[in-house]
Order: sequence, then structure tokens, then C-alpha cells
Amino acid sequence: MKFSMGNIQFYWDKQSTTDFYQQVADSSVEYVYLGESVCSKRRELRLDDWLEVGRELSKKGKAVVLSSLALLEAKSELATLKKVCFNGELEVEANDFGAVEILSEAKVPFVAGAALNIYNQHDLKVLLDRGMTRWIAPVELSRDWLVNLSKGCEEIGIKDKFETEVYGYGYLPLAYSARCFTARSEDRPKDQCNLCCIKYPEGRKIDSQEGLELFRMNGIQTMSGSIQNLINDLPSMAGLVDIVRISPHSMEAIEWVDKFRNALVDKTRMPLEGFCNGYWHKIEGMKAV
Amino acid sequence: MELLSPAGSLPALKAAVDEGADAIYLGLKDDTNARHFAGLNFTDKTMAQGVNYAHDRNRRVHVAVNTFAHPNRSQAWFDAVKKTHDMGADVLIASNIAVLEHAATHYPEMELHLSVQAAATNVAAINFFKQFGVKRVVLPRVLSYQQVANLAQDTDIELEVFAFGSLCIMAEGRCYLSSYMTGESPNTVGACSPAKFVRWQETDLGLESRLNDVLIDRFAEGENAGYPTLCKGRFNVEGEITHALEEPTSLNTLSLLPQLNNIGISALKIEGRQRSPAYTRQVTQTWRRAIDAMKKNPAEFQVHDEWNKCLSALSEGSQTTLGAYERTWQ
Repeated sequence: MKFSMGNIQFYWDKQSTTDFYQQVADSSVEYVYLGESVCSKRRELRLDDWLEVGRELSKKGKAVVLSSLALLEAKSELATLKKVCFNGELEVEANDFGAVEILSEAKVPFVAGAALNIYNQHDLKVLLDRGMTRWIAPVELSRDWLVNLSKGCEEIGIKDKFETEVYGYGYLPLAYSARCFTARSEDRPKDQCNLCCIKYPEGRKIDSQEGLELFRMNGIQTMSGSIQNLINDLPSMAGLVDIVRISPHSMEAIEWVDKFRNALVDKTRMPLEGFCNGYWHKIEGMKAV
Repeated sequence: MELLSPAGSLPALKAAVDEGADAIYLGLKDDTNARHFAGLNFTDKTMAQGVNYAHDRNRRVHVAVNTFAHPNRSQAWFDAVKKTHDMGADVLIASNIAVLEHAATHYPEMELHLSVQAAATNVAAINFFKQFGVKRVVLPRVLSYQQVANLAQDTDIELEVFAFGSLCIMAEGRCYLSSYMTGESPNTVGACSPAKFVRWQETDLGLESRLNDVLIDRFAEGENAGYPTLCKGRFNVEGEITHALEEPTSLNTLSLLPQLNNIGISALKIEGRQRSPAYTRQVTQTWRRAIDAMKKNPAEFQVHDEWNKCLSALSEGSQTTLGAYERTWQ
């Protein structure tokens, strides 16, 4: 079992971002994802900056992947996506079928991100034929689903032809919209958002009127209200999952790499108060088992 | 520009045909489509009757097999494709790669439309799905009018847009809010905010609507209490009780009709397979009149008050919006 650091889905300033990756470089994580997957207006780091961060991480032995935008609406976003896809240095995580198309047409191998609707072995076969090397499962899939899918892959002879990665720790990306919820929460039109997401480095909380933490708004993205934590579920991933992703919301994410790694060895369970892991157990994503 | 009306039942299909829909879309009575609700959709018998009724009057039938195939029961989706073909439906609407590929390889002559659930919002994504021989793409409700117009210019594929109905504010097929709260995913079970999780309760604080025990909204006396679709609830954002994601409202694009026609949109889709035959009848009638008036004299087209009144009365919260078509909504 290996571990990855997912790309930062929130909007952090440049200094915090580079500080974070300096620590990631010294962490034990094997894979690192970089770049912007949520909003094309977020440009604290430009493509060249990301590639520079990538080079530093590669020097430390990390396998680096550049993540790409999940929701593409404007033509300018498609142009940016092409630049990301043809960056010439790093493998790309495709989060929209547009990216799959661009990469596969150029015969560039790619990672299939969690924002792609891939639900069964037949979907995976099509993507494999187009150059997929790794698959990040949609966050709503359960262990049971992966067991069935693994059987299905075996039946059609593709079981060992790609790596499987799951979200192990972090807020879950649940939805994408044309609307920017964060700008709207500040009564700003999307076109004059002032990049206000930067004020909410861990997103903005949406609670029920009874105080239950439901969601976090992160620009056009809606995330889970609780952090998903599959640390107690690592033993049940054996044979199904190759890479466990830590998705960062703060510097704290780095400590969780070691916590997960240690849990693999000493097999201790931790109380899940405040966390959720329901999706893995085929129940409500927001629940904890 | 074709008018495409929803049918959750045979009476709704007949109403749509009678009121002048050019085509009707429907789903089978199982989880292969995204409106998998109790008491809704078509059996073999009603589908055969529906196809006959429509074909006798020269209208087309589209069948939505637009959820995502489960790894251990993919055959159910492939069977739904076969049924669509064998029953003589005109179009298969699908979103899942597995389903599209199966249809393309087994029934290459069948017309394929890419469901909105596939969330193809850009030319590159549309090109990806061309490999399956898709003839038309149903656009997600996340694009502004200008973005739709750009797409129409940049692709040679037919485009269908949502014209009226409940407003899904997230990119369709890419929203897990409902499974996060209920454990059942619209993508794999076929319903958002499923009715079996809904509970209404009179309390001292007002009428409460809950989804799987989570408080979605609380209504004061006299307030319009809508179905607890979870993205349209009132929540607490740092002390402010607000419709944090969206208000209960429906999409209505009557005012955009001439423009949508000008940019060459192939079809206008009315949402609402889960609604009654009366809804299908009234919405189809109103849109038929509007489209005919626009075609007769595009330059002078004006939205009649009575059309808007009729549509508002059938809308969520009796409110309508242009949604993402209008930049200010975003």
C-alpha cells in the first residue's frame, strides 16, 4: 500500500502553498498531485510555478502528477486545459472527459481522476485502451462496489493493468456547479468574486439549522461537511486498493500520512468522532462506522 | 427546433403527443434511468402502447437508460438497451460509457443521444463521446447562454438544452450530495433526495422537512413548503440562515427562445418525468404555443403573460429563473 498527497482543492496563497510542498517533499508520501482542479480564476500559482514545485518534489523521489480542472465551461478554460495536458514534464490527472480526449488523442498516458464517472469494468476497459494508467475511484463508491468491480475486471482480463487509488483522508469533493457559492455567500457576483475563496483556506461551513455539519462550500465545488477518514478501514483495502490518498485542507494533512502508515503496521483503530467513513461501508457518506 | 416532453406514464405520454410535443422521453421501471421513483415509468406493455401511440401520430420516442451500470449487474443496463431497440423506440439516451459502447457495438443503427448525466460541457468532452456515434448531446445546466452559443458554433453535433423544469444546480451526474446524506446515489440508484427518506413534521418551531433525519428546511405559517430537495434547503452559514446553495425555483427559458433558435439548438427539453400527466399536458401546450409563435415571427416574438403564469404555477416555489444561462445567477 502506497500513499499519495492529493492536490489542494481549496484556494491557498502562494506562500502557504509552497511552504506546504516543502514539507510534503520531506514527508514519506510516494505520490504527489499538484495544480488546480476547481476554479480557473485561482492563479496564485501559474502552470510554470506548479512545474517548478513538481521538479523539486521529483528531486526528492516523489512521483508527481498534475491535476486538471473538473468543470470546463469557457473556451479559455479549454485552452488552459490543453496547456496543462501538454506540459511536457508531468503526468496529468484527467478530471473531465475533455482532458481524457485531449490526452488520449495525443497518445499521452494519463491518470483518471475521481471526478470522472467511471463505475464499472467496461468503463475502465475503454479508458485503459485510451491510455489510463491509474484510476481514482469516485468518492461515493463502497468497498463492496470495488470488490464487484475487481471481479468484473478479472473476468475481462484487465485486473492488473492499472492502479486503483481511493480517497483515504480529507474533505470529499461532492459536486460542481456553474454557481460560485462562496462568492454568493458574500453577496458578490461570480464575475466580481474578488477571489474571495482565499479567505477560506478550509472552505466555508454549511450546517443544518440544528448545527449538524453538512457541507463545505469551496467556490463552485461543494465538499463534505466532515472529513472522511478511512484509517480504520485500511485492512479491508488489501487486494483492492494500491494507493490511499490524503487530501489536504491544512498542514495537518502531512501528519496523517504517517498516522496512516503506522496504522498499516500496528493495526490499531482510532475513534472516529467528527469524521465520516460511510461511503466505504455502503451507507450514507456522512456517517461513521 | 424540436419540443421534447417528459412522460412518467402512458397518460403523460399521450398528453404530450396530444399537445404537440415532437418527441417524448421516458424510462423503464427500474434503476436504469435517473427518475427511478415508485409508481413511475414504463412496463413492456405500456412502452409498446406508448411507442405505437407516438408513431401513429408521427412523433418520436426517446428512452433514457442514463444511470451508471453496476459492475455485477451490467447486464440489466444492456438489457434495457436491447429493449429500447427491440420495442422500436427512436432514440437511446445514455450517459455511461459501458452503455454507450454496448449500444454502439450491438445496435449501430440506433440513434444515440448523450444524456445530461454525462456532463459534457465542452467541445473536447463532446469529441470524446463521438467515438460511440453519438448524434446529439444534452447540455448540462451549468453553461451560460454565451457558452452554449460558443459550443453551437464549435461543434457539428446536435445540441439539446433544458428549457423548463426543476433546476439541477450542480453539473448533472457529478453530484454526490444525495448519496452523502442518504446512501443512495442518483447515478447508481436513479433518484435524488429519494421520497422514502423524506419526513414532514409539525413542531412548535414550524413545519419541518427532513431527508434521512437531516433538517432541510423549517417553514413558518403561510410559507410555501416545497419538497426537501437537499440543495434547496435553508442552512446555517456562520450564523446566517439562508438558502446556501439555491432557492426552490424552476428553470424557465421562454425569454431565450428566439436566441436558442438562432444559434441552431436542435431540441428543447422539458424536465419532469416525475410530474403528473396534467403537468406534462400544460407545459407541453404552453411551449408548443410559444415555439409556434416564435417560428412564425422570430423578430416580433414576445413572451405572453399567460404562458409565464401557467409555467410559474407549475414551478417549484412558484418561482422561475434563467439559471446558469444568465451570468448573474452564477
